[in-house]
Amino acid sequence: MIKVERLDKFFGENQVLKDISIEYLPGRCSLIIGASGSGKTVLLKSLVGLHKPDNGKVWYGDVNFTQLDENGKKEIRKEIGMLFQGSALFDFATVEENVRFPMDFFTNWSKEEKLERVNFCLKRVNLVNVNNLFPNELSGGMQKRVGIARAIALNPKYLFCDEPNSGLDPHTSILIDQLIQEITQEYNITTVVNTHDMNSVMEIGDQVSFIHKGRKVWEGSRNDILTADNPDLNEFVFANNMAKKMKELMNR
Amino acid sequence: MKNTLELLGRYFLLMRKVFTKPDKKSIFIKQFFTDVEKLVIDSIPIVAVISLFIGAVLVIQTASNIESPFIPKMYVGYMTRESLVLEFCSTMIALILAGKVGSNISSEIGSMRISEQIDAMDMMGINSANYLILPKIAASTIFNPFLMLFSFMLGLIGGALIIAATSIVTMSQYVDGLHYAFRSYYIFYSMIKMSVFSFIITSISSFYGYNASGGSLGVGKSSTKAIVVSSVMILVANLVITQLMLG
Repeated sequence: MIKVERLDKFFGENQVLKDISIEYLPGRCSLIIGASGSGKTVLLKSLVGLHKPDNGKVWYGDVNFTQLDENGKKEIRKEIGMLFQGSALFDFATVEENVRFPMDFFTNWSKEEKLERVNFCLKRVNLVNVNNLFPNELSGGMQKRVGIARAIALNPKYLFCDEPNSGLDPHTSILIDQLIQEITQEYNITTVVNTHDMNSVMEIGDQVSFIHKGRKVWEGSRNDILTADNPDLNEFVFANNMAKKMKELMNR
Repeated sequence: MKNTLELLGRYFLLMRKVFTKPDKKSIFIKQFFTDVEKLVIDSIPIVAVISLFIGAVLVIQTASNIESPFIPKMYVGYMTRESLVLEFCSTMIALILAGKVGSNISSEIGSMRISEQIDAMDMMGINSANYLILPKIAASTIFNPFLMLFSFMLGLIGGALIIAATSIVTMSQYVDGLHYAFRSYYIFYSMIKMSVFSFIITSISSFYGYNASGGSLGVGKSSTKAIVVSSVMILVANLVITQLMLG
């Protein structure tokens, strides 16, 4: 479980996160949604320690992550997998080396054991015969899958995904969403996904937090979101014409 | 002034992260030899070409400046050797490497920064600064002094080749000059200089790459800054080391 308590983050004079408190449970896909510039990426990066919050606490189980030194954070990070917006695969390494990377650093497994685990992770994300390809030889969707395979390489307890669908077509987006959901439930991972894709929300949003101007203004499940009466949320959810017409029909 | 101090502070903070025990020795060694190949061995062709030509040019220039019959022609070899060992093979080669290797390092690390590859390493609990920068610093500070020796030899060969081609002085006069008043300490001095310059090039270029921001334009800017600052710092260090070792 991850617990966020009264988190604030400033960049100079600009307060990007305002008094955010959320709880994320294992085995569930928890989504952070919001418009561009609302602060959701800063929130995600603050959760994993890539940004240092100015106030507030982030708990991983019963460990206060915000108060840990670098070595302490390092231990927690070994239990975290993260999928980045642009996949962040290492250009200098093949697919196999990318997935093996955390194993090389943090395990004493033999070459064969590592290869077996790499192949298992790649198979789990439906990729075969790509071990020797470099990231620039893969499509965007395949890169995301490799990113997920790398993120789950060491059986993480926590999985963070920053805009997993950005740059993907709707069909591939749904496949990636389903993959994230399956992995979350299969391994009982606490998963936090940062997105502004409403398809993802409706597909996997077990718990949805809406961030508006740095503040959490709504929280609920995907089933509640269409009937919520928060005006900022409605503006975000029903932003395009099709959604607006759907809302009108629903109101009738 | 405040900005310079802030920049300096950030540089030393990064170096503190760089100079820690590597997460895994075997990975560091692998990375070290990869960087030896990329930063040192791959620089051999450009260093070789420049050294050969400069050696030849130094011979022609020195010979054309010795017109007095009272100055022995062997001084052509002597002056060429001294110019090469004291300044050209360390300072000039370092300035060339600041352009070639410096831009390579800062753009490589800068691209990794803006594509979140460095964040991905940090997220895994890996000390990205140590993993990416320490092998580069170690490889270049240890092996670039040998590149300087290589450049020195090729410079002398370049001089010999132009003498063989033009007979501007005789080969025996040139060789006599090369042997004349030889001080091995100068070789040591030049190797030390090259080692310090290599540290400057790799650490400053890595610093600018590691702190790159603002997309591909930012990577380009960080590359340019890395080359300019490394070059200036090489000149300053040259002055300081020369005063300390020869002054």
